[in-house]
Amino acid sequence: MSKSRDLFIALGICVFGVLLIASNFADRFVTQLPEGADVVAAEFDFDFKMIAAASASAVGPRDGKFGLGRGATQNEVAAWNGDISPDGTGLPVGSGDAIDGEEIFSEHCAICHGDFAEGVDNWPELAGGLDTLADEDPVKTVGSYWPYLSTAWDYVKRSMPFGYAQSLSDDDVYAIVAYILYSNDIIDEEFVLSNETFLDVKMPNVNGFIIDDRLTSESHFWNKKVCMSDCKSDVEITMRAAVLDVTPEDDANEEAAVSSATETMSNQSEVQAESVIEVAALNPQLVKSGEKAFKKCKSCHQIGDGAKNKTGPHLNAIFGRKIGGLEGFKYSKIFKSMRDDGRVWDEESMAAFLAAPKQYAKGTKMSFSGFKKEEDIVSTIEYLKSFESFN
Amino acid sequence: MTDNFSDKKPSRRQFLAGAAALGAGSSAAGSLSASGDDPLITEVQEWAQITGDGVDATPYGLPIEFEKDVVRRNVGWLTADTISSINFSPIHALDGTITPQGCAFERHHSGAIELRKEDYRLMINGLVDKELVFTYEDLERFPREQHVYFCECAANTGMEWAGAQLNGVQFTHGMIHNMEYTGVSLRTLLNEAGLNAAGDLKEKWIFVEGADASSNGRSIPMEKALDDVLVAFKANGEALRKEHGYPVRLVVPGWEGNMWVKWLRRVEVLDRPVESREETSKYTDTLADGISRKWTWAMDAKSVVTSPSPQSPILHGKGPLVISGLAWSGRGVVTRVDVTIDGGKNWHEARLAQPGTKMALTRFYLDMEWDGEEMFLQSRAHDETGYVQPTKEELREVRGLNSIYHNNCIQTWWIKSNGEAENVEIS
Repeated sequence: MSKSRDLFIALGICVFGVLLIASNFADRFVTQLPEGADVVAAEFDFDFKMIAAASASAVGPRDGKFGLGRGATQNEVAAWNGDISPDGTGLPVGSGDAIDGEEIFSEHCAICHGDFAEGVDNWPELAGGLDTLADEDPVKTVGSYWPYLSTAWDYVKRSMPFGYAQSLSDDDVYAIVAYILYSNDIIDEEFVLSNETFLDVKMPNVNGFIIDDRLTSESHFWNKKVCMSDCKSDVEITMRAAVLDVTPEDDANEEAAVSSATETMSNQSEVQAESVIEVAALNPQLVKSGEKAFKKCKSCHQIGDGAKNKTGPHLNAIFGRKIGGLEGFKYSKIFKSMRDDGRVWDEESMAAFLAAPKQYAKGTKMSFSGFKKEEDIVSTIEYLKSFESFN
Repeated sequence: MTDNFSDKKPSRRQFLAGAAALGAGSSAAGSLSASGDDPLITEVQEWAQITGDGVDATPYGLPIEFEKDVVRRNVGWLTADTISSINFSPIHALDGTITPQGCAFERHHSGAIELRKEDYRLMINGLVDKELVFTYEDLERFPREQHVYFCECAANTGMEWAGAQLNGVQFTHGMIHNMEYTGVSLRTLLNEAGLNAAGDLKEKWIFVEGADASSNGRSIPMEKALDDVLVAFKANGEALRKEHGYPVRLVVPGWEGNMWVKWLRRVEVLDRPVESREETSKYTDTLADGISRKWTWAMDAKSVVTSPSPQSPILHGKGPLVISGLAWSGRGVVTRVDVTIDGGKNWHEARLAQPGTKMALTRFYLDMEWDGEEMFLQSRAHDETGYVQPTKEELREVRGLNSIYHNNCIQTWWIKSNGEAENVEIS
């Protein structure tokens, strides 16, 4: 091994012209070469000869192909090539209507977009707004604004639901899109949306777009003769940002903020230290893998310091909490009835819920379909337990 | 990484906090001994006696703690959730033109994912001679290019359409960063797949798509794709950050940031645009009559004074003052920047720190003697195409009040006699 190591270094010096100082460093800090390094060195020698022989043609810019990459298989292209064009190119065979769509929408979409596609909080509204585009605050929805139906199908299929994208079947997507159209009074409830009827749907704002015309409509911004002195006589303030006062700002006294943060942190670690004594010690390895598994949850659920209810309720101190028991969160009906039955989250109920949410809580709006691996359930529960002391 | 701020604190407080900090500083410089000596000089200081950190104390260095306020910030009320949101580069506190990756604004549609190089694949499909799949390693074997480009979100300054709203250049203009990219020309990759199958390239498009859950996709005309679009894997010399698309993102020089698809996984050659959600329902510009412009890709010439500004007030009183700012154009090189201190009565040509480069930020300075009187600061960029940055009024005349994107209007800062600054509109 040591012989081939010397050879390797020697080659390095002659091929790359490594400076003397570098070889000094190499001598002093050379590490154990990986297995098979002698083979690499031998190949290197071979390549070296080849390069020497062909150096005139192999070096420098080249046109044409590099022979890199490999052919994509049909299945690979089919798996990723999902975009749908306005003429319907790319649509898979399938169908759905607004009646089916309403149920699927309420299960997967309503938590953000509202039962009637009207939008919750800052989440987009999908229905209404017809004839408002010229108003002061236009309401831009699939019905009032989107020029092509293909865009809705494409987006729902590839990017929705938020937090669990690419989980809907083609028929479900047809049904959801049909429901959105129905909510916008574009189709009636008898209409079955399918790859065959797709182009029958007329989008209200299909003619509402023009291609970027800045070069003509704003041509006066070019080659404008600018005034440099005595350009105007009076300057008056017409509007002030401070009047509106919507700028987010640092806490007034940063030092105070920092020290209070430190306090909170040390308080927390005290609390945590206490709770570690109270609660059976957590398995840190398991908590760590649980944190990874929890990525599937965190687009909707917050946990930890300052966690708030978002799309889903916050999960601090979840064990021992009444199911559906957080005030101010809009639970699905099933959770309200579980709460009324006095049920409580414990490890057992959580494991059953995480394995098959829709079976455990029929009608839950949570879009997640459950962990397939037992170890993800176990580690997620361990991770959740590590937030017992947070409020 | 990102500071989250509680909303609606009176802006004056921040200024006063800054002034208090100055007070502390000036009292140190001011508390000279009877002999007029500065104890920072005449007394041996702790740092001059005891030793500091050894090498490797921080294997990957971060800014010193005294700079901890130079961070990205978001505006809580803008979006429903930080996972689908944007924050802002602290341009009020930066100088030069390169934006450090750690404080360069982030925009995610479904959060910043963690994608290992080993798991990375790039597919070229559609109207090509051979549909190909590249690994990350494959990309590193193509000839590389290096360019500095700005990336500006089309919505930068979007909150200011209807009136002066946010009090800080970070919030009004911080959806921008400027980095030196290393990568492979998209042209090289398209040629590797072969474009004979596409026939006449004139009416052809590419559709680019990301690997994250939003699978953000945009259509780009072939002419641009073969011109200067870059498939980048390094920024400012190091790997892209997770939040900017590690390991590979698209760089579309001069065009709106939404097209710079992060975690780029697929490039499809097509004979039509896809008309995806991000190029129809979003990133289109509704005019006063309700008709909307689409395919408004280029970012027009724009500039802003970054200091003094509301987050960077004048704390030193009257005398020599450096006015500093940024200018850029998505249509080419910034050739000139004019600055006014009296709200546009008189303009002065600013000094460009370096000659402008195509589709990259240019730093400008105006060195002046401040008399301590109030000022109305504005800057006005000119680019090599002859475009002159318009006023907000001029923009509104053409586009109305309902636009969100592409607001490149002249910005006004009202500098008060105490050095405090505020975002205002003037006659």
